[in-house]
Amino acid sequence: MMVSEMEKDPIEDIEAEILPSMWPEDIDPGKQFNIDKPGVDQDMLEEVTIMEEPTILDFKWLTELTDFTDKGSAQLAHLVKHWEYKQANVVRLLKEELDNLNRQRHEAELKELRILEEHRFEEERFCGDTKRQIPVLEDIYDSWKEAPRRKKYVIVENKKVEINAEYDTLMYWKQRAMNLEKLLEASVHREHILMEKLQESITNLEGQSSPVEELIQILKRADNFLHFILQNAPIVIGHQDKELRYRFIYNNFPTLQEEDIIGKTDVEIFTGSGVKENQEFKREVLEKGKPAKREVTFETDLFGSKTFLIYVEPVFNKAGETIGINYVGMEVTDQVKKREKMLKLREEIAVQKAKERELNKTIHITEETMRAKQILATMSHEIRSPLSGVVSVAEILSTTKLDREQRQLLEVMLSSGDLVLQLINDILDLSKVESGAMKLEATKFRPREVVKHVLQTAAASLKKILTLEGHVSDDVPIEVIGDVLRIRQILTNLISNAIKFTHNGKIGIKLFVIPKPSIASRGGNHLKSNTDQSTVMDNAALKEEKTIPRCHSNITQDLDHMESTQAPETTVWIRCDVYDTGIGIPENAIPTLFKKYMQVGADHARKYGGTGLGLAICKQLVELMGGHLTVSSKEQVGSTFTFVLPCSISPVCDNSDDPDDIPNIPEDDVTAGFFQFQPLALSSVFFPIEPIQERKLLSNKLNGFKDDSYMLFPASPSVKIRETSSPEDACSVIVDAIESNSEPKCSLGQSLHSDDDDAVVHKGIAETQPSNGNSEGALQVNARLANEETPTERQMPGKNKSSKKQSPRILLVEDNKINVMVTQSMMKQLGHKMDVVNNGVEAVHAVQHCDYDLILMDVCMPIMDGLQATRLIRLFEETGNWGAAMEAGVEEPFTSGSSVNEDTSSGSRKRVPIVAMTANALSESADECFANGMDSFVSKPVTFQKLKQCLEQYLW
Amino acid sequence: MDAVHLKRQLITFTEQLFREGFLDEQFNQLQQLQDENNPNFVVEVVSLFFQDTERLLDELSKALDQANLDFKKVDGHVHQLKGSSSSIGAQRVQRTCIIFRNYCNEKNVQACLKCLQVVKHEFALLKSKMETLFNLEQQILAAGGPPSI
Repeated sequence: MMVSEMEKDPIEDIEAEILPSMWPEDIDPGKQFNIDKPGVDQDMLEEVTIMEEPTILDFKWLTELTDFTDKGSAQLAHLVKHWEYKQANVVRLLKEELDNLNRQRHEAELKELRILEEHRFEEERFCGDTKRQIPVLEDIYDSWKEAPRRKKYVIVENKKVEINAEYDTLMYWKQRAMNLEKLLEASVHREHILMEKLQESITNLEGQSSPVEELIQILKRADNFLHFILQNAPIVIGHQDKELRYRFIYNNFPTLQEEDIIGKTDVEIFTGSGVKENQEFKREVLEKGKPAKREVTFETDLFGSKTFLIYVEPVFNKAGETIGINYVGMEVTDQVKKREKMLKLREEIAVQKAKERELNKTIHITEETMRAKQILATMSHEIRSPLSGVVSVAEILSTTKLDREQRQLLEVMLSSGDLVLQLINDILDLSKVESGAMKLEATKFRPREVVKHVLQTAAASLKKILTLEGHVSDDVPIEVIGDVLRIRQILTNLISNAIKFTHNGKIGIKLFVIPKPSIASRGGNHLKSNTDQSTVMDNAALKEEKTIPRCHSNITQDLDHMESTQAPETTVWIRCDVYDTGIGIPENAIPTLFKKYMQVGADHARKYGGTGLGLAICKQLVELMGGHLTVSSKEQVGSTFTFVLPCSISPVCDNSDDPDDIPNIPEDDVTAGFFQFQPLALSSVFFPIEPIQERKLLSNKLNGFKDDSYMLFPASPSVKIRETSSPEDACSVIVDAIESNSEPKCSLGQSLHSDDDDAVVHKGIAETQPSNGNSEGALQVNARLANEETPTERQMPGKNKSSKKQSPRILLVEDNKINVMVTQSMMKQLGHKMDVVNNGVEAVHAVQHCDYDLILMDVCMPIMDGLQATRLIRLFEETGNWGAAMEAGVEEPFTSGSSVNEDTSSGSRKRVPIVAMTANALSESADECFANGMDSFVSKPVTFQKLKQCLEQYLW
Repeated sequence: MDAVHLKRQLITFTEQLFREGFLDEQFNQLQQLQDENNPNFVVEVVSLFFQDTERLLDELSKALDQANLDFKKVDGHVHQLKGSSSSIGAQRVQRTCIIFRNYCNEKNVQACLKCLQVVKHEFALLKSKMETLFNLEQQILAAGGPPSI
């Protein structure tokens, strides 16, 4: 502990007067290193314990430094000057004291002299003039008294000697001598005291500390202050020489001993990242001779990961050469961490904001797009109604007597109209898929039937000499669950595409089961949850799962029930190839093939027409169902479109469970794996058919394939193998077929002429080849003769004329009383009676009990909507049984009377025209109506005009 | 008032109803359905419409008052109202129904309640206008004028 209490007042006074600071002036006194005067705050440092270890110093180097650097020598010089100044002060003080003493001594001597003189005068007076005064001396004495004195140690009393004895007596002189003696004695005593004082003063001066000691004290104080301040600071202060060896280091948290540091370089002391950088930085400063700061992150074994802010300045010798560096390092690890965190946060915030902006933009765009699509969809719907009117009327017009030019014009009109209608339908489809409004339904269906129907339909409108064939491999389940309408739409689309681009050869569909593809994992989770029968993907999934139970709760419950009692359902992946031998697709066109409004080339668009939407829709639909659509193609050789779809397997075919359920479907039809539809040009002439149709056929044979009936033949193996492409061949096939066919049919007592319904023929075939278990059972269809199910039906409004002799039976299915009243009354004015029922279930019942010539069906109804009712009716017409209807919750028709349609022996029905009555654009689009088996639609409210047009189209 | 004057008044009034959008072309269809066999057809249908609508509005008020709002149910009612109003040509009611259904789909309770108020208001307006119309027709008949317009 050092406290400089030994310093005495006089010195302190001097300091206060003369020294501005105790620190050498060249370090900008008063700013950097101010120390309190000791004494004022002596207590402060007294209570602080200062550990002196942190400093490690190479003393020899320090001396050298002070000797050889400008700074060092300047500091030393100042210290010397300071000491000299102090010394001078002390000398001045001592001189003053000496003067004082001298003066006092002089005074005393004067006094003595005066006393002696007085005494002599007395003696003289004694001799003669005794009363003589000496005023001069007295004046002098007085002037002395008034002289300024710095210190008044001695008070000289100036009393007159008083003698009480009578003058000039013995007594008088005796007394006087005694008095003088006393005075002299006092004077001598005073002088003695003064001498002592002087002696004391001198001793005092000698006791005063030496300059070196004093300097040590000062430095020690400064050092202590420094320690005190730096005590807890995370600071390292150091000095390194030219070779960057440590000569001095102050580190409050030393981890190394002196011998570990002094004389070594950073690199020698530490290892780890940052050490080298640190050293390099110091060297740089050393070389450049300019101070610099840097942040260095260390990763050392010694003290872990720490970041230091380092300040390095060069040290010069008197010649201006760098001889080392000073450096200060402060640990800023936490600050750096914080700063980096902040930086990261700011960055993240910025990214977040950017993302948000981007998202908002996307949302905005999406909203805009959705709105645009909605508008497009609405407009498309609005356009479609009048357009279908135009097309219908043009079709009617085409049946009237026209000259050649008029007919040509009309044909252009019709084909343009059809194209626009198709385009609008496509747009509606697309916008539905894209907006997520497309609902998928899960129903049981038979893939073989679908393939057959699609090919049949295509064959019916075929205007080229092409062979259409279908292969369904044995492993494809008889029944699967999926959205049959959409699958049919995809197939139809791909087939019609193939037909469009194929000029000769064949077109076909191949169906087989493949192992679960790798992409399946994408849609896998949907497929697992087949309890609600949905096999959907993408965004539609959730919607789908909600909507299906709502719309088809009956089906769902039924199937649920079935599943719960039977083995758990599994998913099969069915791959479908649609191949052709057409013009193919150039490789560079394949990437854009599935894009909207894209066609292979402008030439193609001109030559083949089309909207360029078909494939886009197919792709979207397939993807919506959880599959994928691809294409491979070779120019001039052909293309193959392949799609893979997950389908859940329906529980074992109903036939085995419930023989009554589908009694009219022959086993063979269920398992048939191959279908072929061959071009049979001009062969219709040979057909033994009803006169009325024959006449029609003849009249139509030039332009086509517009007839609405077709014949189905069981092909003998020989026929099947023959790939007929020429009309002659085809003819022979037909003849063969008829010959082979006629007998069994007759044997079954079923007349070909009884009805032109294909189902009758189906049955005939089936029974000629009773459940042979051979999936190669083949069917051959005359492609020249249109299926009754084809869309061309609509183009022939006159077709039913012959069969409708009495007033037609019309059924109105509508739940709104007012609408019923208005429609009924309109119908009445048009001269027709009408049955009215209020929902889909009632409609199904009504159809079960009565044959109608026309059904007007509201789409949106409670209990069962028009779409479902239509599907059930169509299913009945195809299969001849109401199994599906019962599954859907329609109770079994009471079978007591022969009035129930199911009981009729024909087993299948003719197709009743069903006209939808739609109220709004998207949710019950006309497209959906068509897809569900409706023939046409009228938009509500119903007007005379619409009703009349509808009746004209379907009843006459 | 003589029949001719009343007739003119009727025509003006009807024109006004069309112009103000209370009625549209479909109402003409309705009128065409009225003939000797069905002399009161329009009144019958419209009366039925009034009855039906009042019932529906009642149901709607109840349905919208429920704590657990069944939007499907509400939508069903509005759909009915939309269908019947479009059938008789009550254009303004029908249009309100379209908006109503949109809010229904959005499941916007507040907007639905507002829509219900608007529909009620529109319906009340229409009802009074139609009653006036029918009164005029009755007066024309009473004054010996030809039936219908």
